[in-house]
Amino acid sequence: MILIDVLENVLVKNGIVTAFLFVGLLVWLSYWFSGKFTQGRLHGSAIAITLGLVLAYVGGYFTGGSKGLADFPIFAGVAVLGGAMFRDFAIVATAFGADLQTIKKADFIGAMSVILGVVISFIVGALVAVAFGYNDAASITTIGAGAATYIVGPVTGTALGASSDVIALSVAAGLIKSVLVMVGTPAVAPLIGLNNPQSAMIYGGLMGTTSGVAGGLAATDPRLVPYGAMTATFYTGVGCLLAPSLLFFIVRFIVS
Amino acid sequence: MVVYGVALLSFCLLLGNYLGELLGVVIGVKANVGGVGIAMLLLIILSNLSAKKFRLKPLTESGIGFWSAMYIPIVVAMAAKQNVIAAVSSGWLAVIAGVGAVLVSFAMVPILSRMGGESEPFPNEDES
Repeated sequence: MILIDVLENVLVKNGIVTAFLFVGLLVWLSYWFSGKFTQGRLHGSAIAITLGLVLAYVGGYFTGGSKGLADFPIFAGVAVLGGAMFRDFAIVATAFGADLQTIKKADFIGAMSVILGVVISFIVGALVAVAFGYNDAASITTIGAGAATYIVGPVTGTALGASSDVIALSVAAGLIKSVLVMVGTPAVAPLIGLNNPQSAMIYGGLMGTTSGVAGGLAATDPRLVPYGAMTATFYTGVGCLLAPSLLFFIVRFIVS
Repeated sequence: MVVYGVALLSFCLLLGNYLGELLGVVIGVKANVGGVGIAMLLLIILSNLSAKKFRLKPLTESGIGFWSAMYIPIVVAMAAKQNVIAAVSSGWLAVIAGVGAVLVSFAMVPILSRMGGESEPFPNEDES
């Protein structure tokens, strides 16, 4: 038993390093599964995130805590790696390489699709939240933001001080959106004229979920990926800008 | 040096968060308003400026690229620390909100495409 005790001690002491190893193994397993059993149709990242949520459920079930898997001492580092600081750091990094010239060329319609995409998804999510009995502005806004992406939801929820279960709901809504975009895009592409750079940019702007768009376009026509991903890159930024500010004020005004 | 890229990224996030906090104070919410969004815009503007004036060295860029590539793993970790057990008790909300948002957004693509004018489709790929 001394072997196990020492190992546990090392894993706990090096929490965030343990989290790197854990997430790496989880992502590797997910991409392997994606390639082996779904021919890449269901993107590895979607599987990994789903597994993460499942493990968070398991963690909550066994520990009774509110931090999912991170309530096990050896996985405490997951809470740091998946916390707001690293998350925001990585999100900002994804904006690098978005070319200002290409954005200018896409001009008006690309920008409009991003703003419209955020607002439309937000309205759908907020209406569903109200239909399910939520009546405080912070919760409604957070769930609306989650229907935008699984990033905008927690960023908004954290900023507005929403409860952890509402934030988890917003992540779940965003995840369902992401998975559905990945799986559904090849099927609906002919119906919505998704076969040229402009419609790809509009599609990316409306959908917004970066992994969903990247996965969905790759499965439809890989040449469309950069156009869709470029506008999608802005969606989370615009969402993080609008949801906790303008959209929150509008919701608060309507609610009160 | 790789650290220059990481430092540039840190600068953008810190300045963005600072402006976001100030904006929150100004409009009277005890919240960070759009700090992450401002930081993203800062990085895009900075990286496009420097492409003309002083090109970022590939090593510097790799300091940013690394964290960009860590985006999905970090989101996976974020998922694994959520309070899922509490969310599951009202599970249909998430499903309906997610599916509804996707369906409405799909429907908007052809409408906006028409407003943007016609665009040439890519030629068909050789079937293989």
